[in-house]
Amino acid sequence: MSLSNSQAPILEIRGLRKSFSGVEVLHGVDFSLGHAQALGLVGENGSGKSTTMNILGGVFPSDGGTMRLNGREYVPTSPRDARANGVAFIHQELNLFKNLSIAENLFLGDFPRLGGKWPLINRRAALKRTAELLALVDLELSPSTPVGRLSQGERQLVEVAKALRTEARIIIFDEPTTSLTTRETERLFEIIERLKTQNIAIIYISHILGDVRRLCDDIVVLRDGAVVEALPTEMLTPERLISSMVGRTIDQLFPPRTSRPRAGEPVLTVQGLSQPGVIKDIAFTLQPGEVLGVSGLMGAGRSEMARILFGLDPHAKGDIIVDGQRLDEVSPRACIARGMAFLTEDRRGEGLLMEASVTDNIALPSLINYARGFAYIVDGKSLAGDARRASRTVLINAHDIDRTPAKHLSGGNQQKVVIAKWLLRNPRVFILDEPTRGIDVGAKYEVYKIINQLAADGAGVLLISSELEELLGMCDRILVMRRGEIRSMHQTSAFDRELILKSAMWDGLKEIAG
Amino acid sequence: MTTSHSLRLLALHFAPLILFAALIAFFGIQSERFLTIANLINILTQSSHVAIIAIGMTFVLLVGGIDLSVGANMYLAVALLGLYLKSFPAVLSFPITIAFGLAFGVLNGLIITQLRVAAFITTLATLFVGRGLAIYCTGTKGVFFNQEILAIGRAAWFGVPSGIWALAAVFIVAFVVLRQTSFGREVYAVGADAEGAAKAGINVRRVLFAVYCIAGVCAAIGGIVSASQVAAAYSTFGLQKEFPVIAAAVLGGTSLFGGRGGVVGTVLGSVLIQTVGSGLVMLNANPYAYPLIISVIIFVAVFIDSQRTALLARLERRKVRVEA
Repeated sequence: MSLSNSQAPILEIRGLRKSFSGVEVLHGVDFSLGHAQALGLVGENGSGKSTTMNILGGVFPSDGGTMRLNGREYVPTSPRDARANGVAFIHQELNLFKNLSIAENLFLGDFPRLGGKWPLINRRAALKRTAELLALVDLELSPSTPVGRLSQGERQLVEVAKALRTEARIIIFDEPTTSLTTRETERLFEIIERLKTQNIAIIYISHILGDVRRLCDDIVVLRDGAVVEALPTEMLTPERLISSMVGRTIDQLFPPRTSRPRAGEPVLTVQGLSQPGVIKDIAFTLQPGEVLGVSGLMGAGRSEMARILFGLDPHAKGDIIVDGQRLDEVSPRACIARGMAFLTEDRRGEGLLMEASVTDNIALPSLINYARGFAYIVDGKSLAGDARRASRTVLINAHDIDRTPAKHLSGGNQQKVVIAKWLLRNPRVFILDEPTRGIDVGAKYEVYKIINQLAADGAGVLLISSELEELLGMCDRILVMRRGEIRSMHQTSAFDRELILKSAMWDGLKEIAG
Repeated sequence: MTTSHSLRLLALHFAPLILFAALIAFFGIQSERFLTIANLINILTQSSHVAIIAIGMTFVLLVGGIDLSVGANMYLAVALLGLYLKSFPAVLSFPITIAFGLAFGVLNGLIITQLRVAAFITTLATLFVGRGLAIYCTGTKGVFFNQEILAIGRAAWFGVPSGIWALAAVFIVAFVVLRQTSFGREVYAVGADAEGAAKAGINVRRVLFAVYCIAGVCAAIGGIVSASQVAAAYSTFGLQKEFPVIAAAVLGGTSLFGGRGGVVGTVLGSVLIQTVGSGLVMLNANPYAYPLIISVIIFVAVFIDSQRTALLARLERRKVRVEA
C-alpha cells in the first residue's frame, strides 16, 4: 500500500468482515486513506464496495476487523454517529427532502436555536450559515429555495454543502455522476478538487473508470469481497484495472447457449418510437430465439423505453409490431394479451405482491386464462398445479409455495417468482429490466439459464442491464442507448470479447457518459 | 418547467383561495345580508371548532397519517366535562378535559407507533371505543354544562366571540410549531420520506406519536368550544366530525400523502365549508341538499389535490433528454 501523503492516514481499515444471512460477502478488506487524498474504489457490482462503505458510513455494523479514524478506534453506530465523527456518505439516491428548503435540509435534526435553548429555530442564523456553505460549493441559490426545484446537479452540491456543514473530514461519493449532465459533472469535479485542498479526504466510487483515474490519487480494486489492488493511480493502467476487476473469464459465469436466433419474421419490431423528453426514434427488431441486450448508463432512457414498449407510459409517435401485427392500443393489458411480458427494474415496488403467497403471485397475470364459465370462476386446482410446475421450472426454494409469502424469500428467489409468473403465459416477447440486480452469483446463473431456455423455446428476449459483462455473456446483439436514443448496435459474436469489454468499460463508458 | 405547467401549478396551488373568493362573491351577490360583518363573524364562530380540530388533523396528515377518531374523542371529552366536572371552575375543568383528549391521542399514538397497527385501522377502532365509552357514561342522554361554561361560550372580547379567540390561540401555536421549531420541520420531513428522515437521524416514531397527541388535544379543545356554544351535547355530538375536519385540511391544500400543506390553508378550508353552509341557509336552500352540496365541494377539493399531486409527479420525473 502506498500513500501519496507522508502523514499518518486519516482512515485505516483492517480485516473488515461482513456476512449477510450466513454468507460472508466481505473477506477481510484492508485499505487506508491519507489526509486530503482522493481514493477511488472500483469493482464490479457485488464486489463489496457498497457493503464496505455502508459499514464506514454507519448504515450497518461490521462482523469483524477494525477501522481507525485519525488513529482512534472508530465504530459508528448509526449514520448520524458517522457524521458526528466527520464521515459523510453521499448516497447515489440523494437523501434530501424535496418539500423542504435548502437551509432546512442542511440543518434538519440540528437547527440553531433562538437564544440557544428555546425550541424555536433561529431562522436567520440557519439562512446565513447556509448562504456561506452554498458559496463554498459555488451554488448561487437562495437558501430558502425548496430542494424540489433544483436540478440533479444542484442537489448533489447541496449534499456536499450538507457534508461541509457537519465539518466532514471524509466524504464518500457513491456513483455521483450517473444522473448529472456533462457540465454538472465538471462542476462537481472542480468542487471535489477544492475539497482536497481544504484537507478533506474523498472516497470516490464509480463505474466510470476515466473519472476515477482523473480524480483519484490512489485506486483500490475490490473483487468478491476482498481487495485485489491498492496502488497509486499512475501505476494502474486501464488494462490492468479491468483485468483486476473482472479477474476471471466470462465463460464460466454464463451457461452455454444451445440455440441460435431464428430467421424469419421478427417477434417484435419497433419503428420510430418517440416521446418528447424521454426517447427519440427508437427502432430495432427482435428475432424469435434472440437475446437482445440494452446497454447504457443509468438515466440513458433504457427503463423508460421498456415502460413505453409495455404501455406503462405514453408515447407520442411510432409503432410497436408484435408477430407482424401492429399494436393499435399500447396498454399493459393489450401487451399481455399479445404475448408480451415485462420484468420491472423494481421488483418490490412493481413486480411482486409481498404479502401474497408464491402461488398467488405466479397465478396473478394468468387468472383470466383459468377462468371458467360465464361467471369467470377461477379453476383453482389446475391453476395451482400449473403454478407449481412453473415454480419448479425456475427452481424456487421455498418449503410451501402455497403458503410462503413472497416477502420471506431471498432476493434471488423473489426474482424467480416474478419470472415464473410470466413463464406461465408462455411469452413471445420478454422484456427483462435488470433481472439480476442485487442477487447473488448462484441465483444469477439460474436466471441466465431461464433466459437461455426462453430463447431456445423461441421467445424474443430484451435484456436491459447495467453490467456489460452480463450482456456480453448472454446476448446475440447489444444496442447502446444514450440520452433516450440508440447510439450503436453491436453483434456480440463479431467482437473479441476482451476487446469489447475493454472498449466498453473504458472508452465506451466514457463516450456514453459524454 | 414550461410556462403552462407553472401557471397550472400556480392555479392549483391557490385553488382553495380562488374557490373561496368565488363562493363569497356568489353568495354576496345572491343575498345582501351575506356580506355583513355580523354574518362573517358568525361564520367564523361557527367554523371555529372544526378549524381547531382540523389544525390537529393537519399535523397528522402532514406525516402521511390519518385520525378518524377525532369526533369520538371530542364527544368523550365533553361528555366527561358535562358529567363529572360540573362542579369544577373552568380554569380546572378545561385543562382536565384537554388532558382527556391528550390521553386519547396518546392511546392512538402508542398503538400506531408501538404496536405498529395502521393509523386508519387504529383510529377506526378507537372511534368506536371512544364513542361507545361516551354512550356508556351518558346512557345516551344529553349532557348539559354549567352556567360558567355557557357564559364563556357567549362571551366576546373586543366584539370577537370566545370561539374565535380559541381558534386564534390554537392557530398561532400550531403555526409557530410547524414553521419555527425543529419538530415542525421534522413533521414535514417524515411526511415526505419516513425512511430518509430516519437516515437523517430523526426519531420518526417520536414524531408520529406526537402528531396523534396533538390531534387528541385539538379534538378536546374543539369539543369544549363547540359544547360552550351549543350548551348541550347529545349522543350525536361530534358524530362524523372527521369528515368536515379532513375535508377542511385537504381543501386548504394539505396533501393526504403527507409532506405538503399547512395550518393557514386548513383554517381557510374550515371557513370555506362553513361559508357554504351559511350561504345556503341565506338562500333558503332545501336543507336536505346541504350534504349533497358540501360533498360536491369536498370532491372538488380532493380532485384538485390529486391533480396537483399528479402534476407535481410529472414535473419531477427524471428527464432523459432535453428537447430543443
